[in-house]
Amino acid sequence: MKGNEAIAEAAIREGVDAYFGYPITPQSEVIEYLMSEKPHERTGMVVLQAESELAAINMVYGAAGTGRKVMTSSSSPGISLKMEGISYIAGSELPCVIVNVVRGGPGLGTIQPGQCDYFQATKGGGHGDYRLIVLAPASVQEMADFIETGYDLAFKYRNPVMILSDGIIGQMMEKVELKPQKKRFTPEEIINKYPWATTGKPKSRERNIITSLELIAAKQEAFNQKLIKKYQEIQENEIKYEALNTDDADYILVAYGSVARICMNAMEEARAKGIKVGLIRPITLFPFPTPIISKLADKVKGFMSVEMSAGQMVEDIRLAVNGRKPVEFYGRQGGMIPAPEDIVIALEQKLIGG
Amino acid sequence: MAEITLQDIIKEENLVYSRTKVMTPNELHYCPGCGHGTAHRLIAEVIEEMGIQEQTVGVTPVGCSVLMYNYMDIDMQEAAHGRAPAVATGIKRVMPDKYVFTYQGDGDLAAIGTAETIHSCNRGENICIFFINNGIYGMTGGQMAPTTLEGMASSTSPFGRDVSMMGNPIKMTELVAQLAGTYFVTRHSVHTPRNVRRAKKAIRQAFENQKAGKGVSFVEIVSNCNSGWKMPPVKANEWMEENMFPFYKLGDIKVDGKLVEK
Repeated sequence: MKGNEAIAEAAIREGVDAYFGYPITPQSEVIEYLMSEKPHERTGMVVLQAESELAAINMVYGAAGTGRKVMTSSSSPGISLKMEGISYIAGSELPCVIVNVVRGGPGLGTIQPGQCDYFQATKGGGHGDYRLIVLAPASVQEMADFIETGYDLAFKYRNPVMILSDGIIGQMMEKVELKPQKKRFTPEEIINKYPWATTGKPKSRERNIITSLELIAAKQEAFNQKLIKKYQEIQENEIKYEALNTDDADYILVAYGSVARICMNAMEEARAKGIKVGLIRPITLFPFPTPIISKLADKVKGFMSVEMSAGQMVEDIRLAVNGRKPVEFYGRQGGMIPAPEDIVIALEQKLIGG
Repeated sequence: MAEITLQDIIKEENLVYSRTKVMTPNELHYCPGCGHGTAHRLIAEVIEEMGIQEQTVGVTPVGCSVLMYNYMDIDMQEAAHGRAPAVATGIKRVMPDKYVFTYQGDGDLAAIGTAETIHSCNRGENICIFFINNGIYGMTGGQMAPTTLEGMASSTSPFGRDVSMMGNPIKMTELVAQLAGTYFVTRHSVHTPRNVRRAKKAIRQAFENQKAGKGVSFVEIVSNCNSGWKMPPVKANEWMEENMFPFYKLGDIKVDGKLVEK
């Protein structure tokens, strides 16, 4: 199965209530797969092709406000268009899952894979002080698995979750084990589970209002502080990463998504040459696995971030290391994919030689 | 016979008029003479009369009526500028048995939200769209709207709208009437008791259409903006009759899915 297809099938099986999207390469298979599967017959799931990414994300906002499991997907230029709506969703504390199958940029860029939307995904992206919970799958299996993880986190924190994939994972075919079909919640279950949702006001409660507007400065600040507290809680509880060969490592590669897979090969090549290399693969990009990198900074000789970008995640590694050890960067851009041997050469030249 | 005091008269059974229960007791923030309060009340009255308060979710716009949710005692969502029809689409698609409406001004519906308006109408979403057109951006301080009349002064067309430079006023209501997904398209005003009654009938019809699953009902209310137009309320209403109505003609444009022949 392709990564894009796996995520679509996983969404149906998760019991997602609605998907709103707009085609863009390299993620159009998500909506194509959903349409061909007739999820309205399988589970009653709504799938709608909107007139734009703007409309799609605002449909997500509307449906998410009713306490439903709602999803959209796109690729980089389309995600930029969604940013307005994402900011409103974060500001209204609505749960949803947004998939970005990243391609090279800026602008229309290329349809080839990229990781150049890291800043946009992890630092907010739209206007205002907010954070997304960002999950970075490195396999087709994780594309499927992170749908469930994503909804668990989105509803636990009432916060939008972004699955930050890339064109490689989206287009790549791998074997995948899918979870059994979950039942969608009934309208009554939703009313009981999510008392904040706009499901129609019964006499028994006050009206529910979904809004991100607060004209009184002190109240807006109190809301901002509530968000800050929530993000801190997420940072304390939800960090996920994979650590490989870090016990005896002198040097640590840090990479996420498809590049982490390439770095596993690079690590083997380096070890075959006698260089003790370990790998940290952040699975959550926000919250970033700062504690483990900080801990390793006391015992290793240096770090190198490997990304399909001009150097974005490297800034978070430097913040974690805080000047204690060198933190280098090796990256390719424009849809070019780093090769394992080039990563080893960069490691030797930038960290070991230097 | 004992003397009747005021306290004897103030009784529930003697009430001839009261606030609809679908409106909250909150004081409206609108300028004196503005049509928003009347339009809000008509929607609330229709919801009360149809007994659908528990089944209705409204979507508010960005503009003067952004705080409509302070006044309506129903569940509501506040949309980003122009996106209300997309938000309403999302709500209605996952709760098809609920009543969903948007309430939007001319900047919201006819400028920044044009695509969302056209496409929700074209898809025939089973929702009501209430469009308040006063030919100006009220909340931001009287700038030119897409519906500002030719020659009409605003803070961004201080010498009057020059259509050769600033483009023409847009008739969104006639435009959406052409789309297959709209079932009922009509234009009203709320500046006289007679017009209020007609507008209310249209709003009721819009909700009845939604009940029957007919697609988009689109009700435009041509309104005044005395603050933005810089006129006292009575003068603003006169100006509206003399200038707005000849261009934005009141009456039904599409009924039961068919264009009304003029």
